[in-house]
Amino acid sequence: MASSRDDFVIAIRSAFLKKSYQQKFSLLTLIFSSLIIIVLGSFNFKPIQYVKIGINEVIYRSSFIVSIPENYIKKFNLQLKDHLNLYDIYIKNKTDLSNLRKNKLNNDFLILENNRLRELINETIKSKDIYAKVLVDKDSPYLKSIVLNKGSKNNVKLGMAIVDDSYLVGKIIEVNYTNSRALLLSDLNSKIPVLLEPAGIHAVLSGTGKNYGVIEFTKEEYNQELNDTDIIVYTSGYGGLFKSGLPVGKINNSKKENKNEINFFSDFRQLDYVKIVSYEMESKN
Amino acid sequence: MSSLNKKNFFKSLMFYLPTLILFLSVLNEIDLNYLAIEYFSFNFAHILIFYWTLKNPYYLSYGSIFIAGLINDVVIGIPIGVSSFCYLLICAVTAYLRNITLTPNFINDWLSLLITILLINSIQVMSLDLIFSLEVNYMKYFINSGFTFILYPLFLFIFNRIERRIKFQKND
Repeated sequence: MASSRDDFVIAIRSAFLKKSYQQKFSLLTLIFSSLIIIVLGSFNFKPIQYVKIGINEVIYRSSFIVSIPENYIKKFNLQLKDHLNLYDIYIKNKTDLSNLRKNKLNNDFLILENNRLRELINETIKSKDIYAKVLVDKDSPYLKSIVLNKGSKNNVKLGMAIVDDSYLVGKIIEVNYTNSRALLLSDLNSKIPVLLEPAGIHAVLSGTGKNYGVIEFTKEEYNQELNDTDIIVYTSGYGGLFKSGLPVGKINNSKKENKNEINFFSDFRQLDYVKIVSYEMESKN
Repeated sequence: MSSLNKKNFFKSLMFYLPTLILFLSVLNEIDLNYLAIEYFSFNFAHILIFYWTLKNPYYLSYGSIFIAGLINDVVIGIPIGVSSFCYLLICAVTAYLRNITLTPNFINDWLSLLITILLINSIQVMSLDLIFSLEVNYMKYFINSGFTFILYPLFLFIFNRIERRIKFQKND
């Protein structure tokens, strides 16, 4: 009994402390080093943050270069799918186009009316756009985020909105000197205030870690009022980060099993270039 | 003379091949997620580290594994140091297994991998959730561990061939 315990202790000691096979560091030293980094990182220790920013600058660029072959395969795969679905896409686009033409006239009138009303109350929304290329878009099972090639050098700040065409896709969560990281709306940690139209109900959109989001924190009337109707989700502008009215996604309530699931308008797997936007509400009074 | 230099270059390249693959895999995050097969994901780095530190740690140093962990944290965007700690725990388990094993057995190694990845993924989930208050998908971690375990024999076959090739080059 005692000898088997001794064997165990010897094996453990040998595993952790022995610098075998020409290893420069013992395992125990490195394990303690990583533990120290984790603990100091959790307390936002300044030197660790600077080291992290330095590593980010190098790694994001390297990762972009290393990912070129995989990205090529990824793009080829998507192109192949598009070619195979060409006819279906054509029919869908034709229907969408005729619907959009009908709606366009109404929308033009509403935009003009909205501008006139804003002028009446002396209020304007100023936005600043920065165009950025997506360097890394690893669809990791842990975090849904993208790395962009614009950073504090280009006046990118924490919390700025990321827009693909006119659809909201996420917000900036980390800024380095020449690059930044944006958290996508699909991430589990993403929560943004939204407005459900046509009912005008305020809610919170939460990411799921999958390719759709879910609605949280609504009043009970949402379930009673909006059965069997399609709901468009816009940003509500609460919290002051995003302007109100940015389209986010659509809830298809006709499918009972997918109730509360938001299908995002933008395909997060195909982001090449995005706009980093900050909004400022200006009142002339 | 030039052919001799070329030979030496390939010899040293083969020697550093496992390290090179590890760095490329953490920089590129090879997980085939773009295929959009729902729930399919595996952790290539875990398999690679487990195999090479168990079979032949001479080709993959602990220092490079530590740095690869830091790079992995930066690329996937989790707090720095978490992956390094997990990778080094794999090394600790394999070092222990090497010390207690007289005759290596595939089934024993495979089951040890399962226990190891379940342990380190649990540690990772707990540290992200409890220390850093990051919400994580437990099911995805579980499925990731499952596929990593299932795909081990396939990579074992590939790595065995690479190891034989490295040894052949070394003795050439």
